[in-house]
Amino acid sequence: MNFKHKYVFLFPGLFVLIGILIFPIIFTIRLSLSGWNSYTPEMNFIGITNYIRLFTDDPRFWESFFRLSFLSVTTVILQYIIGFALALIVWREIKFKRFFRVIFLIPMMTTPVIMTVIWRTFFHESLGPVNDLLGNLGVEPILWLSDPVIAKFTVIIVEVWQWTPFMFLLLLAGLLSLPKEPFLAAAIDGASPFRKFVYVTFPLMAPISIGAIIIRLIEASKIMDTVFVLTSGGPGTATETSSFYIYIKGLREFQMGYAATLSFTYLVIMIISLTIIAKVLTKLMIKK
Amino acid sequence: MKTIKTYVVALISALLVLSPVAYADKWSDQFPHIKATGDIPGECSYESMSKKNYKGKTLKINTHAVPVMGEPTALHAEQFAKLTGAKVDVTHTPAGDLYAKAMVPFQAGQAPYDIVFGFSNFINDWKRYLEPVPKKYVEMKQMQDVTPSHIGIASWDGVMYQFPVDGDRHYLKYRKDVIDNPEYQKKYKADTGKELRVPQTWKEYGEMAAYFNGWDWDGDGEKEYGSAEVMKKDDLMYAAFYSRSAAYSKNPKTPGGFFFDLKTMKPLINNPGFVEALTDWVAATKYVPPGGINFGLGDEIGSFGGGQTLFSFSWDDAFVAAMQPDSPINNKVGAAQLPGAMKVWNRSTNSWDEGFNQAPFFVWGWAVGVAKKSKEKEMAFDYLCFFANEANHQADIGIGRFGVNPFRNDDFKADVWTQIGWDKDIAQSYVDTLAQMEDSKNRVFPLRVPGTFEFNAALATAAAKALAGQLSPQAALDEAAKQWEDILNRVGKDNVRAAYSVGVAMEDNKL
Repeated sequence: MNFKHKYVFLFPGLFVLIGILIFPIIFTIRLSLSGWNSYTPEMNFIGITNYIRLFTDDPRFWESFFRLSFLSVTTVILQYIIGFALALIVWREIKFKRFFRVIFLIPMMTTPVIMTVIWRTFFHESLGPVNDLLGNLGVEPILWLSDPVIAKFTVIIVEVWQWTPFMFLLLLAGLLSLPKEPFLAAAIDGASPFRKFVYVTFPLMAPISIGAIIIRLIEASKIMDTVFVLTSGGPGTATETSSFYIYIKGLREFQMGYAATLSFTYLVIMIISLTIIAKVLTKLMIKK
Repeated sequence: MKTIKTYVVALISALLVLSPVAYADKWSDQFPHIKATGDIPGECSYESMSKKNYKGKTLKINTHAVPVMGEPTALHAEQFAKLTGAKVDVTHTPAGDLYAKAMVPFQAGQAPYDIVFGFSNFINDWKRYLEPVPKKYVEMKQMQDVTPSHIGIASWDGVMYQFPVDGDRHYLKYRKDVIDNPEYQKKYKADTGKELRVPQTWKEYGEMAAYFNGWDWDGDGEKEYGSAEVMKKDDLMYAAFYSRSAAYSKNPKTPGGFFFDLKTMKPLINNPGFVEALTDWVAATKYVPPGGINFGLGDEIGSFGGGQTLFSFSWDDAFVAAMQPDSPINNKVGAAQLPGAMKVWNRSTNSWDEGFNQAPFFVWGWAVGVAKKSKEKEMAFDYLCFFANEANHQADIGIGRFGVNPFRNDDFKADVWTQIGWDKDIAQSYVDTLAQMEDSKNRVFPLRVPGTFEFNAALATAAAKALAGQLSPQAALDEAAKQWEDILNRVGKDNVRAAYSVGVAMEDNKL
């Protein structure tokens, strides 16, 4: 029997896939081979000139990439630790469990841009309440946004505050779905809470943890709105991340062709690095 | 009979004399924004606009974020809608994104906005997408009062592409109650051995700012600081840097370019003059308020206008904000030209020329045009004409946060400012400062070349790195100069030279 006609049913999905995924990628690649900018607004062909420029003459992109790696890895690790701790707390039978579950989720429900504006006001060095409070305790104003090192940690604080609830939600869902038997067995064996966590909870949670970490790494690697509102990449270029830099090149300086080169290169790097990270995490966290 | 005639003539004369006031009352009742002047007759007055009928039509405007320029755009849009029946949609966009927000649809051949606001130095990139201002508007009475330099700013090759709504330049603002205070003058002299006066050079500016930094010198219970400046990257900080550089680098003995050597198109921005200015600026990070290194224009206006600092230099807005009746430092500020320097770099002899040098920086300012592809061009130009009519203009220039600054001959009269409550000597110093800048023969004009945004962004990034301590001033400017060379190669030296030569001719007083 000839089942070739079955492929006809795949066409609608295929069209959607081509429209929303394949076409933009192909268009980006083509754009990256052009010199489209404000004074030459056309899809001319300049070969790999943009790629040569990126790999030989643009340290700012690579600096922003390594900065992004630091920021995203640090924020995701912190989110994982705090999110796991919070999930463990409300997983147990405690008073006002439902209330706490809702409270912990509030940061994620707020609009990132608006919350970042509020954080920026908190951390305003001369008018913000944080330095005011510290001043009352005799502490000199801290340069939350204008010291190159401290500004990075300010970005981390805001990101962790905003996205830890997401980690909390995934991990709590994971905890609630765990089988009861291993915990009963551990209890019968007289395992301490610490040993229970290390030998039962954590290994059982490993697949969910890997999924949660990868999802958050993907999201964190696109960090843009927090940096845009909080520091504008400054002071200097101290908090510039890859996506913010691509935005500057594309939509501020209007180097569309070059911004496409950056975007495509960034996409390839992210696919490779996230694949490696997933494999490494699996190896480390899941023991056969 | 003769008596009756006399009465009739007197009555008619009185009516004629009072009729504009009657109009003024009529419109200012509805639109309190113009309560000080009432409507002022003209082609685009409230009265004239009320006779237009744009019912059923929609005007789309992209402007800056509130308040600077965004607030007056929205206010006049609302007034225009009430008068003409049009629907006006106003979109607010951060300063750094104004360029792209218009360019993306321009290049795609679309016109999502009938009117686009930006900066006047976008003109070279934007002009091919903008509709020239029609003759009837160019020849209007309200346009005749615009200063020639601002007509030139809005035009390219004699064609006006941008409707004049603003006129900008950078100058010094200082706390008059401190600088003119005999006690502080005595104390400063005793402590430093120097005179406390309006700073004549950037070095003096730095010394005074450092001295008055971090203590409560106005007795309000809060610490005050030396200077508020636009230091935030991507927020017009390049203009602040050019202001600080002009005195060290604009040498009247070496015409032919401030940013580039017009002959060779070699970038000049890493010469010792610019490096000296950036070195001063790095030192300034020590006397700005905490967080001052991240101050954008709005922060600078708020900081100086709110009485937080001794000095500031940038556009008029901070000064006008400080002079508003609700300001804590109302009538306590003074205006002066940007400080100079006691040496200026001579690129011909490759050495410093000793002696006082001063060079005003004409930053130009907000610009606005009508998209060539707009389907509502007439309504769009009417809106712009209404925005800048005499009554609106006089009301707007008195509100610091609006960002609408003098560009008409009438604005340079002290009376205009005393009428809104300024002290006479302050009003005089303000208009004198503006007039001196107009008259200067050693002016610097901003870049108006293809790719201007790239040039300024590269410089701003480098300067920001120096301010943040990531690079030394020399290394930062070398990096910027290298990027300028790359941009030149991409855009084409001849393209840039052709456009730059217009600005150089103005700087060299040949236009």
